[in-house]
Amino acid sequence: MTDPTTDIATVTRAQQRRRINANWMLLVPALVLLTAVLLVPLAQSFIRSIASPTWTLEHYIELFTDGVTLTVLGRTATTAALTTVVAFLLGYPYAYFMTRVSDRSRAILLVIVLIPFWTSVMARNFAWLVILQRGGPVQTALSWIGLGDIQLVGSQIGVTIAMSQVLLPFMVLPLFSSLSAIDRRLLLAARGLGSPPIVAFWKVYWPLSRGGVVAGLILVFTLSLGFYVTPALLGSPQQSLIAQLLAQRTMQLLDFEGAGALGMVVLVITLLLVAWANRVGGTISAIGVVATGSGARR
Amino acid sequence: MSSLAQDTPELLETAAITAGPRGRRRRDRSVDPIPWWLAVVGIAVAVYFTLPTLVVIPMSFGGQGSFQFPPKEFTFELYRNFFTNPKWIGSLLNSLLVAVLAAMIATTVGTAAALGLNNLTSRFSRLVRTLLMVSMVTPAIVIAVAVYISFLQWHLVGSMWGYVFAHAAIGVPFVLVSVTSALGGFDTKLLRASASLGASPVRTFLRVTLPLIGRGVATGAVFAFVTSLDEVVIALFLRSPTFQTLPVQMYTAVTVEVDPTIAAASSLVVVTVTLLLLIPMLARRPKRR
Repeated sequence: MTDPTTDIATVTRAQQRRRINANWMLLVPALVLLTAVLLVPLAQSFIRSIASPTWTLEHYIELFTDGVTLTVLGRTATTAALTTVVAFLLGYPYAYFMTRVSDRSRAILLVIVLIPFWTSVMARNFAWLVILQRGGPVQTALSWIGLGDIQLVGSQIGVTIAMSQVLLPFMVLPLFSSLSAIDRRLLLAARGLGSPPIVAFWKVYWPLSRGGVVAGLILVFTLSLGFYVTPALLGSPQQSLIAQLLAQRTMQLLDFEGAGALGMVVLVITLLLVAWANRVGGTISAIGVVATGSGARR
Repeated sequence: MSSLAQDTPELLETAAITAGPRGRRRRDRSVDPIPWWLAVVGIAVAVYFTLPTLVVIPMSFGGQGSFQFPPKEFTFELYRNFFTNPKWIGSLLNSLLVAVLAAMIATTVGTAAALGLNNLTSRFSRLVRTLLMVSMVTPAIVIAVAVYISFLQWHLVGSMWGYVFAHAAIGVPFVLVSVTSALGGFDTKLLRASASLGASPVRTFLRVTLPLIGRGVATGAVFAFVTSLDEVVIALFLRSPTFQTLPVQMYTAVTVEVDPTIAAASSLVVVTVTLLLLIPMLARRPKRR
C-alpha cells in the first residue's frame, strides 16, 4: 500500500480534472443550440455578403454609395439620439425620486420601472397607436391648446415616444444604481456652505452620478438602433429606419447579399457600442437584471 | 465586473423585499424634504411607464369595427371573437405550444450551462458566458434576417420546429441569468458531502442541487416562456399561411385587418404575463425573514 496522503492527493487531483471536464460537458448543449440557430446563420450571411458571386466587397461598397442606406442610417441614429435624450430627461428625475422615497414606495416604483420591459411588444405598440392616432386622446388634448395639427402617428414623434417608454428601464436602473450610492449629506454640506440648490446639484451631485448617466445613455442609444416593430407600426414608410430597410431588402427585394452586408454593419455597430458600454458599466448583466427583474438571490 | 453589475441586484433586492408592514421613515422630512415638483415628475413618469397597459384593458371591452379610444360601448364581443375565431384561437394555441417547447429546451440547456460555468473560472469560460448572453443585445432584426435565410435552406421556415429552435436560443440567456444568480448562494461543499455519502452525480443533482436552485430554474423557465410567447420579429419572418403565432396575428390585425380583437388578445397576454412574473416574486417573499 502507498502512503495514504499521496494517495488522497492523487485522487483529488484526478477528480478535480474529471470535474472540470464534466463542467465543460455541461456547456455543450447550450453551445450547440446557439451555434446551430444563431452563429451558423450569422456566419452564412456574412460569407454570402463577401463571397457572392465571388470574393467581393461590392455589397459593402454599395451600402455606402447607394444613397439610401446612409440616409436611413443617419435617420436611425437621429431617432436613437432623440429617444435617448427623452429617456434621460424622464429617467434622471425618476431615478432620483426613487432614491428619496420610503423603502416601500421604492419597491412599488421599481416594479413600475420593470413593467414596460415585460408588457407584450404587440400590446404596447397597439396601445401607442390607439393613444397617438389621429383623433385619439393625445391629439384631441393637443388641439385644445391649438396644436392639433401635429402628426403623431406616422412621424418620428410617435416612434420616439413609444421607444423611450420601453427603453426607460435601461436608463433608470443604471442611474438608480449610481444615484443611490451618492451620499446626500454632501449636498446638505454644500447648501450649508452657502451654495444655491442648483449650484450644489451641478457641482456636487451631477459629477458623482456621471457613471450611471454614461452607462444609461449608451445602453438606450444602442438598443434603440435595432427597433423594428415600433417604427413599422408608428413611423412612416417614407421615413423608414435601418431595421425596416433590412427587412425590406430580405423579404421584398430578396437581396440576401445586400441584406447580409447591412445586417453585419448593424451588428458590428451594436456590438462595438455594447463593448464600450460594458467597459463603462456592465451592460449585458444590466440587461439581464432588467429582464429578470430582481435577479433573485446572490 | 463593474459596480453596476454588482450593485443592481442587491439594490433591487433590498427594494423588492420592502421594509415590513410599517416602512420606517428614512429621513427627517423637515431637514431635507422631497420637493413637490420631483413628486409630480416621478408620478408622471410612472404613469408613462404604465400607460399602454392602462389603455389596452378598457379597449378590450369595446365594440367591433374601430380602434377608437375611449371605447363607446361595453361588451365582451372582442373576447368572444378571440375565443371563437379560428384565426385567433389557432394562433394562440400555436404560440403556447411553441413557447412551452422552447422554454423546456432553453431551461434544460441553460441550467446545464449555468451549472458548468459556475465551477469554471478561466478566461475562456468567461468568453463562453458572454457568447451565450450576446443574443440579448443583438438586434432582433439582425437575428431574424440571418435565421430566415438559413432556415429557408434548411426547410424550417413556417415549421413549428423552426420557431421552437429560434425561440429556445434567444431564451437561453434569461435562464442563464436567473440560474446563475440562484447559484450565487450555493455551497459547493454540499456536492462533495453528497458524493462522500455515496450518491451518484445524477442523484446529487436531483436531491441536492435542484431543490436549492429550483426557484432560479423555475424563474428562468418562466422568462424563457414569456420571451417566446411575446417574440414577434423572428416570428414575422418564419410565418407561413399554415403556421403563425399570436404576436404575428396581432401584427396583421393592426397593419392589414384593422381588427380590434387585438385589444382582447393584448389584455389577455398582458394579464397572463404579469401574473406569471408576479407569482415567483410573491412566492419568494415569505422565505426571506
